[in-house]
Amino acid sequence: MMREITLGQYYPVDSVLHRMDPRTKLFGTMIFIISLFFANSLAAYGAATLFLVLVIWMSKVPFGFMIRGLKAVMFLLLISVSFNLFLTPGTEIFRIGFLKMTWEGLQLAGFMALRLVYLVIGSSVMTLTTTPNQLTDGLEKSLGFLKRAGAPVHEVSMMMSIALRFIPILVEETDKIMKAQMARGADFESGNLVQKAKSMVPLLVPLFISAFRRATDLAMAMEARCYHGGEGRSKMKPLHYARRDYIGYLVLLGYLLAVILLRR
Amino acid sequence: MPGHLLRIAVKQGGLRLWNEIPDCQEGTGVSMGIIKASKLIYEYIRRDEEDQVEEVNRAIDGLDLDIHEGDFVAILGHNGSGKSTFAKQLNGILLPTEGTVWISGMKTDDDSHIWDIRKTAGMVFQNPDNQIIGNVVEEDVGFGPENLGVPTDEIWRRVDESLAAVGMTAYRMKSPNKLSGGQKQRVAIAGVMAMKPKCIILDEPTAMLDPNGRREVIRTVHELNKKEGITVLLITHYMEEVIEADRVIVMDSGRLVMDGTPKEIFSRVTELKGYRLDVPQVTELAYELKQQGAELPDGVLTIQELMECLVPMLQACKEQDG
Amino acid sequence: MAIKAEHINYLYGEGTAFEQYALKDVSFEIQDGEFVGLIGHTGSGKSTLIQHLNGLIQASSGKIYYNGEDIYQDGYDKKGLRSKVGLVFQYPEHQLFEVDVFSDVCFGPRNQGLSKEETEARAREALMLVGLEERFWYQSPFELSGGQKRRAAIAGVLAMRPEVLILDEPTAGLDPRGRDEILDEIAALHGEKGMTIVLVSHSMEDIARYADRILVMNRGEKMFDGTPKEVFGHYKELEKIGLAAPQITYVVHQLQEHGIPIKGDITTVEEARDEILRLLGKGSGKAGSRL
Repeated sequence: MMREITLGQYYPVDSVLHRMDPRTKLFGTMIFIISLFFANSLAAYGAATLFLVLVIWMSKVPFGFMIRGLKAVMFLLLISVSFNLFLTPGTEIFRIGFLKMTWEGLQLAGFMALRLVYLVIGSSVMTLTTTPNQLTDGLEKSLGFLKRAGAPVHEVSMMMSIALRFIPILVEETDKIMKAQMARGADFESGNLVQKAKSMVPLLVPLFISAFRRATDLAMAMEARCYHGGEGRSKMKPLHYARRDYIGYLVLLGYLLAVILLRR
Repeated sequence: MPGHLLRIAVKQGGLRLWNEIPDCQEGTGVSMGIIKASKLIYEYIRRDEEDQVEEVNRAIDGLDLDIHEGDFVAILGHNGSGKSTFAKQLNGILLPTEGTVWISGMKTDDDSHIWDIRKTAGMVFQNPDNQIIGNVVEEDVGFGPENLGVPTDEIWRRVDESLAAVGMTAYRMKSPNKLSGGQKQRVAIAGVMAMKPKCIILDEPTAMLDPNGRREVIRTVHELNKKEGITVLLITHYMEEVIEADRVIVMDSGRLVMDGTPKEIFSRVTELKGYRLDVPQVTELAYELKQQGAELPDGVLTIQELMECLVPMLQACKEQDG
Repeated sequence: MAIKAEHINYLYGEGTAFEQYALKDVSFEIQDGEFVGLIGHTGSGKSTLIQHLNGLIQASSGKIYYNGEDIYQDGYDKKGLRSKVGLVFQYPEHQLFEVDVFSDVCFGPRNQGLSKEETEARAREALMLVGLEERFWYQSPFELSGGQKRRAAIAGVLAMRPEVLILDEPTAGLDPRGRDEILDEIAALHGEKGMTIVLVSHSMEDIARYADRILVMNRGEKMFDGTPKEVFGHYKELEKIGLAAPQITYVVHQLQEHGIPIKGDITTVEEARDEILRLLGKGSGKAGSRL
């Protein structure tokens, strides 16, 4: 279920990657994702694979944990692979009715699958090694220039951080309410679309009420702890670039160049 | 009251010398507790769509209270007795409709002191989930000091100390979602401690916990009171939790109806039941035996106390029979 | 016999590295008309267990019979089971959703496919059973007090006319009087309507006062099963697993340790009072003493 989604889950161990500045990791993930769209040769993918393996090894997060995030995109993966496999024109391998599989399709599907898998694993590396708070801190600081233009950067990042904290709680709550209504004979599965939508009311109303109650409580708790916006706040974990971050940026640059050079 | 006049004088002079007021008072021989409420009234007003007053519900009705620094005070009352509303008055979440509340000499309805008041009187709420903001325990504890603009090194020092004070150091890197209810409440207490308060107000902190969690939280609060000298105001309706308090206050319909030591309060069993409250089983047993003519003292609170009185009596009977 | 559970196992995360027993080889029977107390600390498996009894969770292995019928057999009417075995979750007021209390209580019987008249008749009956005054029936459930909301929610389950009623900590968060009122109403359902009750509670005092029989769960296993007197006799073992017996049990045992010839199987204040008065030779009328 939703609880198995690894995205946004922190894995607490001590590694170079964990200690790295979140901005480096954010930027690095961005570069990695961009590089995946640049790469169009086996060699370029080789470089990406090498880079990913290096990063995973450095993170000290068990590999099993890393690939858990894939479950969530399995469906998307299957669709995109089968589309590419059967709908790319080129040399035919075999055909079932009007669907024909081509060499070109096979290649494209392979790259596509690799790209998606690497993308998910790459971003999982970031979320597994960075606490959501660090992540939002990183975003807040990276986007600091927008603050001068009047954008509510602090507020948005605070909201993100709170959302991350409450998602698991609300997922659990949904499960509980659903079971409680099922105990009263509610049926969430059968019926046509309209009936199904109607059957969601006994689930959604309590869920919204609970979310609002939690929001009110939380706002009160935050105020009681002297929260008054980003103004005049200090940081428990201020962001500083260390030597490892500069090295990180160099490695990233090298990697990006390698992928570009290895393009076909 | 000279202290009060002085405060007005200072205010009119436009000087910001509020923090010195308590000292002035001590100098003039007028003592004021860390929490003081005078003729406090609070009304929830419900308005209809046209902003007309539809219903006025008086939750606090003329409350006078003075709490001394360092005391462990328990406030009892059934649901709807006004005790939670009172708690919210103490750090300016709600402001008096009439009357005044002072925290360390600062009036809660004075805007310029709201943050000083909130850091002096920290608050722990009922629902453990809805008051933890951070995604990691230590980051949550650091949230208060961050808001106060405390320098980074000092934040870390406070987080370390606060986590140690509630015995949660081993869990500092954990996600709050992985903790038990009792542990979450201890984290919330640490979060308040990190603001270096003089006083902690706990609004039914154990209502949603199991017995183990309840014991854990109450023990922690007692330790903070004894070791750190923090004034504690514990709001609850579990009688077992107030036995070790210095002072017990009972609220009903927004008024203070009983005030005394646990012993004094628990000797008035019938009165307590009239306020929709209860007593621990030992107290009830002692009370009932006394009603039937057994010679027992008033307000027995612990099994040990009961034993000390009952065993000699029963042994004497046994010897007579034997 | 109403419910029979045979060797129930339930595994979390089956087939993964995180595989863990939530329930391990749990067997018991609950007879018609019993009042069973279910205790265990948080995470002992008691919440998982009660959700098995109305088929919300399916056991990994083992069998559950309701009135002699295997609920896991093909074609068994699970929805029907849920209306016969009513389950009131913790903080049931969090599931209220309708515009007024009465419509909310109608939700269960309506799902059973009953006619409008029958549905409303049952809703009225259920609201009376929980003692919620008629003036609250057409108010929004969100405007009621905590205790009233809780009753409305319990009525929502009672309206299905269950034969067995399972309640998961129905008194959590209520003040002492609110707690007593709810428990007295549950006791009345048992006494007057002959309903079979399973009460999950952290309060040993409450369990001792109401239950005929106690099941103790620990780490997913059934640890004790017996009358309150039998189970609280094991108070030392109960303490080891983070539970405790009612305070009165301790009073009685300490008196025994001091050589006082008091009966050891006392679990309520009334019993203790009468017994001590008897020993003091002051016996009250109730005790039927030697005087």
